[in-house]
Amino acid sequence: MRIALFITCFNDTMFPDTGKAVVSLLERLGHTVEFPQAQACCGQMHFNTGYRPETLPMVRRFADVFAQGEYDAVVAPSGSCVGMVRDYHRVVAEQYGDSALVEQVEAVTPKVYELSELLVDVLGVTDVGAHFPHRVTYHPTCHSLRMLRVGDRPLQLLRAVSGIDLVELPAADSCCGFGGTFALKNADTSNAMLADKMRAVLDTRADVLTAGDNSCLMHIGGGLNRLRTGVGTRHLAEILASTEGTTGP
Amino acid sequence: MTDSNNVVWLGAPSFPDAAREALADTQLRTNLRKATGTIRDKRLAVTAELDDWEQLRTAGKALKRRTLRHLDHHLVRLEEAVTKAGGQVHWAADAAEANRIVTALVKATGQTEVVKVKSMVTQEIALNEALAEEGVSAYETDLAELIVQLGDDRPSHILVPAIHRNRAEIRDIFRREMGKWGRPAPEGLTDRPRDLAEAARLHLREKFLRAKVAVSGANFAAADTGTVGVVESEGNGRMCLTLPETLITVMGIEKVLPSFEDLEVFLQLLPRSSTGERMNPYTSMWTGTTEGDGPQDFHLVLLDNGRTATLKDTVGRQALACIRCSACLNVCPVYERTGGHAYGSVYPGPIGAVLTPQLVGVEHAESLPFASTLCGACYDACPVKINIPEVLVHLRAEVVEAKRAKGRVPTPEALVMKAAASVLSSPVKLSAVQRLAHPAARLVSRRGTIGNLPGPLGRWTRTRDTAVPPKESLRAWWRRTRGGREGSK
Ligand code: SF4
Repeated sequence: MRIALFITCFNDTMFPDTGKAVVSLLERLGHTVEFPQAQACCGQMHFNTGYRPETLPMVRRFADVFAQGEYDAVVAPSGSCVGMVRDYHRVVAEQYGDSALVEQVEAVTPKVYELSELLVDVLGVTDVGAHFPHRVTYHPTCHSLRMLRVGDRPLQLLRAVSGIDLVELPAADSCCGFGGTFALKNADTSNAMLADKMRAVLDTRADVLTAGDNSCLMHIGGGLNRLRTGVGTRHLAEILASTEGTTGP
Repeated sequence: MTDSNNVVWLGAPSFPDAAREALADTQLRTNLRKATGTIRDKRLAVTAELDDWEQLRTAGKALKRRTLRHLDHHLVRLEEAVTKAGGQVHWAADAAEANRIVTALVKATGQTEVVKVKSMVTQEIALNEALAEEGVSAYETDLAELIVQLGDDRPSHILVPAIHRNRAEIRDIFRREMGKWGRPAPEGLTDRPRDLAEAARLHLREKFLRAKVAVSGANFAAADTGTVGVVESEGNGRMCLTLPETLITVMGIEKVLPSFEDLEVFLQLLPRSSTGERMNPYTSMWTGTTEGDGPQDFHLVLLDNGRTATLKDTVGRQALACIRCSACLNVCPVYERTGGHAYGSVYPGPIGAVLTPQLVGVEHAESLPFASTLCGACYDACPVKINIPEVLVHLRAEVVEAKRAKGRVPTPEALVMKAAASVLSSPVKLSAVQRLAHPAARLVSRRGTIGNLPGPLGRWTRTRDTAVPPKESLRAWWRRTRGGREGSK
């Protein structure tokens, strides 16, 4: 398959390793990965903070870029950005755009997948041949869980990883308190939620916390790091890309 | 805040500030975690029992939304049916008008006391205060509302308004205050739930037997028969609705259902979602008046108070479908930490965050649409499938637009957002910023992580480290390693 990578602006800037992992994973599985250079951001931060007109150029660019190439699928290693595209690009296009944009958005959106959806539903694999000999716990981020309904797809993928010691996270489905600009606007509440999430992570005695979204991982990982807990964070894609001898925790 | 409107509390701080105070109260957090946790588990267990739970939710959603689209029609039918059954219908455009109507009705009876049940909507209009000004005492009869009233407090939950209080606090309030309002608390009252309930029973019984006038809210009203209904757990409602001679029901116009048969859906959805029970202990329904049985005088006050304005918003109006089950509060991670008072409104939690700003106008409750991480737990729990996150982001846009329309000088946030939008919609600018990010971050970092930062980002770095952005962005890496392969789009 020809798969376009939508890296998302945040991963692109802060966590390029996740993008590299997606590329090497998909190539290992025999697919062609393209990186359309003209891509930018999905507009989630602006949309969710209430700056809707500002979101329009981002929606337009996304639709233009990914409508251009002949891709079978577009993949993004971020549940929340895929949720933005799927649920709200149309809303923005209808409110501020034109009918051509609405049509374009409708044509592009069904091809956009979050990584675990692409692997399990489209490519039909759960065992991606990964090796990751560490104690790992998985946090299902809210947008993957409730906007995208990825369900246990990430866990199916993780269970098939060789050498992994996968442990269940208590109260896994409760929000970590990140919420984009929520963490700044409601910093105290966000911190209280983070504290509970960290306690749950520490209870598992895992070495690595994984999730399908680096934004939540940055928030939880930033807290774990501040407390010198020694627990690392790793995007799901990076675990799935690991093979014998490639990575430590 | 509009003049006579108590939907938002006068002088209440913005959500983040009120939340900070609430978060510092560890007792409150323990009370809330315990209470919401228990009820959450119960709800999950009883909703899982029904094979057709999802269909019920869908039916509830469809019924409510259809009714809202033709609300005027159903309200007129309701008025006809209630009048035919011997009741009287009054229309109140806002809180002040509703209070005027109720006060006049009470005064016409010559009474100076009323008992009350299911009174959220009367809190919305501050009826007790309005009655007090006219020399009428209003007694809350719901146990939790009694605790709130005696404690001179505010409700903090839709269903359990005193959820923020523990037993010892309740005992102290009873001991201190009951005597001022009527029968005092028994000597040596303990904080055992049984004893507290018994004290409330004795205290209230006196009032029930004396009361000639009752004021109630309503959970629903059927337009075809004119039947009004209240569901409750303690039986206080049954007392209020049957013993007095005059019954005045104040009801938000969105509570109407097209037909009596529709109750089938809502009487299943409501108790399971709210208290986690298969059925609520008391369901009282009445249709007008019946000679020689129950109140002989029945008044239904239909309250608008911002609802018609809310109806005009095709996205936001879904909040009017709410059946006040409180499931969204009990699953909300933000509510669980902050409690209800932080919302500064009669309607707290996720539903408050979307309903309150619409009832009073977004500019009067600016911080509420932002009091959520958009985690979506409320949407999953809502028995009538109100897409609360969708309404939240919709209202956020309205808040920003309202500020834009008002402000000649853009806010710092608006400036940042504008600058960010220009970068984030352009790959060229984005890569330029990415090239700068690494050296800039290096300046403030130590050993590869960023610790405490000044300014607004300090709110982030106070409790979390931030990684230094890497030297090479993904797009730069791609160009360097695979530049030749992908076209130059
Ligand atoms: S919004 Fe839904 S879940 Fe919340 S109180 Fe209303 S009906 Fe219940």
